[in-house]
Order: sequence, then structure tokens, then C-alpha cells
Amino acid sequence: MSILDIRNLTVSFKTQDGAVSAVNDVSLSLQKGECLGIVGESGSGKSQTFMAAMGLLAANGKASGEILFDGQNLIGASESTLNSVRGNRMGMIFQDPMTSLTPHMKIGRQLGEVVIKHRGATPAQAREQALAMLKRVQIPEAERRLDMYPHELSGGLRQRVMIAMALMCSPEAIIADEPTTALDVTVQAQILDILRDVKERLNTAIVLITHDLGVIAGLADRVAVMYAGRIVEVADVRSIFANPQHPYTKGLLACTPRLDDACGGAMTTISGQPPNLQRLPSGCSFHPRCGYAFEKCTTERPALEVVGATRAKACFKTIEAA
Amino acid sequence: MLSFIVRRLLIAIPTLLAIITVCFFLMRLAPGGPFDAEAPVPPEILANMRAAYNLDKPLIQQYGDYLLNLAKGDFGPSFKYKDFTVTELIGQGFPVSAQNGLAAIILAIIVGVPLGILASLKQNTATDYSVMGFAMTGIVVPSFVMAPILILIFAIFLKGTPFQLPAGTWEGGAFKHRILPVFCLSLVYIAYLARITRASMIEALRQNYVRTARAKGLPFRTVVVRHALKTALVPVVTFLGPGIAFLLTGSMVVETIFGLPGVGRYFVQGALNRDYTLVMGVTILSASLIITMNIVVDVLYGLLDPRVKYE
Repeated sequence: MSILDIRNLTVSFKTQDGAVSAVNDVSLSLQKGECLGIVGESGSGKSQTFMAAMGLLAANGKASGEILFDGQNLIGASESTLNSVRGNRMGMIFQDPMTSLTPHMKIGRQLGEVVIKHRGATPAQAREQALAMLKRVQIPEAERRLDMYPHELSGGLRQRVMIAMALMCSPEAIIADEPTTALDVTVQAQILDILRDVKERLNTAIVLITHDLGVIAGLADRVAVMYAGRIVEVADVRSIFANPQHPYTKGLLACTPRLDDACGGAMTTISGQPPNLQRLPSGCSFHPRCGYAFEKCTTERPALEVVGATRAKACFKTIEAA
Repeated sequence: MLSFIVRRLLIAIPTLLAIITVCFFLMRLAPGGPFDAEAPVPPEILANMRAAYNLDKPLIQQYGDYLLNLAKGDFGPSFKYKDFTVTELIGQGFPVSAQNGLAAIILAIIVGVPLGILASLKQNTATDYSVMGFAMTGIVVPSFVMAPILILIFAIFLKGTPFQLPAGTWEGGAFKHRILPVFCLSLVYIAYLARITRASMIEALRQNYVRTARAKGLPFRTVVVRHALKTALVPVVTFLGPGIAFLLTGSMVVETIFGLPGVGRYFVQGALNRDYTLVMGVTILSASLIITMNIVVDVLYGLLDPRVKYE
């Protein structure tokens, strides 16, 4: 059963230099209780795909296609329909906990207003539930934190508060947009533990948007790799790591430094730059940077095709398992 | 916070003293004197007049005497309005200016801030452009142009209609007589407030925490009022602090054109007449108001943004 079904989603932004397509014809589904990892470079459209799902695109952004949440299309939905889903059945955790909490409101109130809005809780009930949720995300001295302002908490604690806020109404899905990027490594691990706990104990589906493959390996069940606004490969997490089928996925994996690498060797990179979204290369967007590219790649765009039981890829080449 | 306010009030004393000192000596450095405009008088009479007003002593002694009297609450006699002390002149004029100023501030806030919010929410639409066009007009048209235009429209063109408003008379401050001057005073502040509010709201609405609030499914109105507006008001308060002080002390132009017995006229007339004590009086009045408003603004910063600490 899928809880979130994205079909042929295209997101474009009007700018002074013309329209920019951030997301092109993306189709994805999030199953109940699963963790779907979304990987890609900056500008690959991974965040905007789910911003569109939350109805949070910038004013100059426009989405088309279908985003079905439990069967209900969210594209073009009214603000009140969106508000009955957002924060209630689908929560979102943002990248930068330092700036994502309202600086002039106490933590307890910021958490509480979610259940006051969606569950009709009284302020006293809201405070109690906020306290319970802060404890659930393992915030020490939770009682005292309720009356603190965000600037009085560390980055790690603020991100826990963000998670607690997204969980207040026990949503069926959580979108975590780079939840660990702004945090230092030890805190990253704690945040991932909390997300894992949420997934396992509350059976909440999680979309984990990141460029950190380590984070994906630790938490995701399935992975979608995005490049230049398109999905280039989807597979279960084991297959992605063990047997990447798209040259870009393979390149990303090769870029990850490993502990058992020889010291002093140069780090592997994918040569070239991510493409300008306003002037995408012809054919496959990745072909100028692809070691496998041949003539067809420059003229024709490979469609995302199902290969095997749990996998789809958009590439003409078949890459042998390493 | 209390100790912060007390400390700021204590610092205000040397500040005020410095302003008094500078103003006192600057006034004396200006050429001419309080009795120059009178018909020529025999030197003996001039000497008597100078003695009567304590002007015959060395300047430093005059300064000392002035400070001593000031400490007793005595601002001295006016040199020009011969039967009045400066305290009496300010006592009569300031309430008029302050009442009108206060009304103008309230009008400016209840019109300017919502207009600014509206423009920010409808950024780059016809609504936004009309509000900003109105604001630009309010800022660039000086009050000595705006006041006659208002009089022309409401007192002359609309004569005989229910919209006719009196101008140029005060009638002891009857409501009808206050409408045009108060509107004229507030117009430029409405304009500035609309512009400042719009700019800071646009900034606030772009903040990540506003996105978070929307992701929580809160109604847009709640997002704007509860999450965005409070921080957006910081620049508004910054502007209003000295703005209120200026408005309360009246405006020479508006008071002259509309015939208001306020204190604003004294700033210009006092200086032109070399009415030393009157100039000192109105300077101390406006300096105290500005100092007070700055303290109020600093306290408000802390209430609007908990990250601000009183030290």
C-alpha cells in the first residue's frame, strides 16, 4: 500500500532568465512504513519534489502532474486541504535546525500549536503532549526545555525538536530534508537513531532526502537516485550499494571515501559540473560526464525502465556487476 | 530589565547635560540677540533690559545660573513673549501638539502597518504597486505642499458637502478641527510605516521558520501574525521611537498652516527671534522625549526578540 504516490511530477520556476525546470516527469511511490532514500547532488530536484508534495514551493514555482496522498491529489489542492494534511498526516523535517524554528516562540508553544490546530487540544493538553514528544526524541530535561527559546538549545537538540514537531500528530509519513547535514557527526548518528526508532516503533513512512550515502545505507529500505530533475535509478538499498546499474549511481558510490582505501591516493570524483537546468544537455542529461556514454546518449533520452523485480533505471547501457 | 531601565535613565542625565551645554553656547555664538528686532532703544534702556534678563554677566556665569534655575525646574522667562515664562508657553503648547501627535501616530500605525503587511503578501501585484505608489507620494510630497492641497480639497472644493472640514481655525481643539492637521501629520508616517513594514515582512516571510510554520499546517493568517509579524516589527519599532518623539513635539509647518496653538512653532520662531530660553526649553523637551523613546525602543526589542539581552 502506498501512502504517497507521485506521478509525472514536473516542477518549474519562473525566473528573470526564463523558466527553470527543477523536477522533470518524476514518478515515485512511498509505501506505508518504508524509508525511501532520495539521493542526488545540489540542484538535482530532490528537495523540490517533496516541497511540491507539501505545497511549499516558492511563489514563482509551479507543479504539474499528480501527488496522491492516500489517494487525494495535493497538486492544485486548496490551502485548507493542504493544511489538513501538512503537520497532521504528513510532517516535514528541514535541513537547518538553526533557522527553522521561530526564534520568538517558546519550544512548548511551537510544538503545542500543531495539536491545537489538528486535534483541537487545549493548551494544557498540548503542553503535556509536547512534553511526551520531547521525551520520545530523547531530549534531556524535557520539562525545562518547554519554556526555552530555540536559541537556548544546541543544533542537535533543535533538530530533535524539529522531529518532535513533525511527530506531534503521529503522521503516516515524514519527509526529512537533509536532516543531518547541518549537524556534526556524532549528533548525526543520534538523529538517525531517533528516525530509525520512529520508523520501527511508530511504523511511520520516511522520505530521507540527502546527499550522504552513509545516511542512506543506515536507514533507507529503497533508494531513488536523482540527477538534473529526473530519477535515474531506483532500487532497494542493498542492490544500489552492491550493484549500481546507472553510471551516475556508480560514480556517486565511487566518490565515497572508504576506510580501507590506500592512503595518499587522490579522491575519486565525477568530472565536470552538474548541468545548468535552463540548458540541459541533449539526450541523457548525464552524458557529458558519463564514462559509458556513446552516440545514442547524446541524442536520445533513456526512459526509466523497470529491470528486475525491485529496480528501475534510465540508461541504455547494461553495467556488469563489479 | 528594571536595572537596565534605571541604568539607561542615569546615563540620560549626562546626555541631556551635554545637549544643554552645546545648545546653550551654540545659541550664543549665533550672531544677533533677542532685542535686535525691536525698534532702536537708547543704550541705557538696552542695558537695563540685558540686566533684567541676566544677559550682562559673563557667559559662563549665565550658563551656571541657567543650570541652577533649571535644576529648580525654572526654564526662565521668554525673551519674546514678554508676559510668559518658557514653562507656561510649553505648558500651553505641548498638550496641543502631543494630542495631535499621538492621534497621528495611532492613525499611522493602524493604517501604515496593515498596508505594509498587505503589500508584502501581495508582493509585485497591482495591490502592492498601489500601496507603494501611495507611500512614495506620501514621502516625497512635503507637508507644506500637502497641507494646502488638503485644505483646497476638504475646506474649499467640498464646501457645502458633508465632507467639508474646517481649516485654519482651532476652536479649542474641537474634533472636526483636528481631522485635517492630524491626517496631514500622519500621512508621511503612514507612508514610511507601510514601506518599512512591507520590506521587513517580505524578509520575514522568506525565513525558514515561516516555512516550518506552514509545514505544520497552520492557517496562513496564523503563520503571518504569530510567526512572521513579531520579528518583522523590529525595524518598525526602531523607526517609530524617534518618530513618536518628533510627532509629539509638533510640526512648525502644520501648526502654522492649520493655526494650531502647539509647541512646534516655537522651534523656528524661537531660533529666529534669538529667544534663548525658549529655544533651550523646546530643545530640552524634544531631547528628553527622544532619549525616553530610545529607552522604550530598546525595551521593546527585548520583548519582540528573546535573543536580545538586557545588559
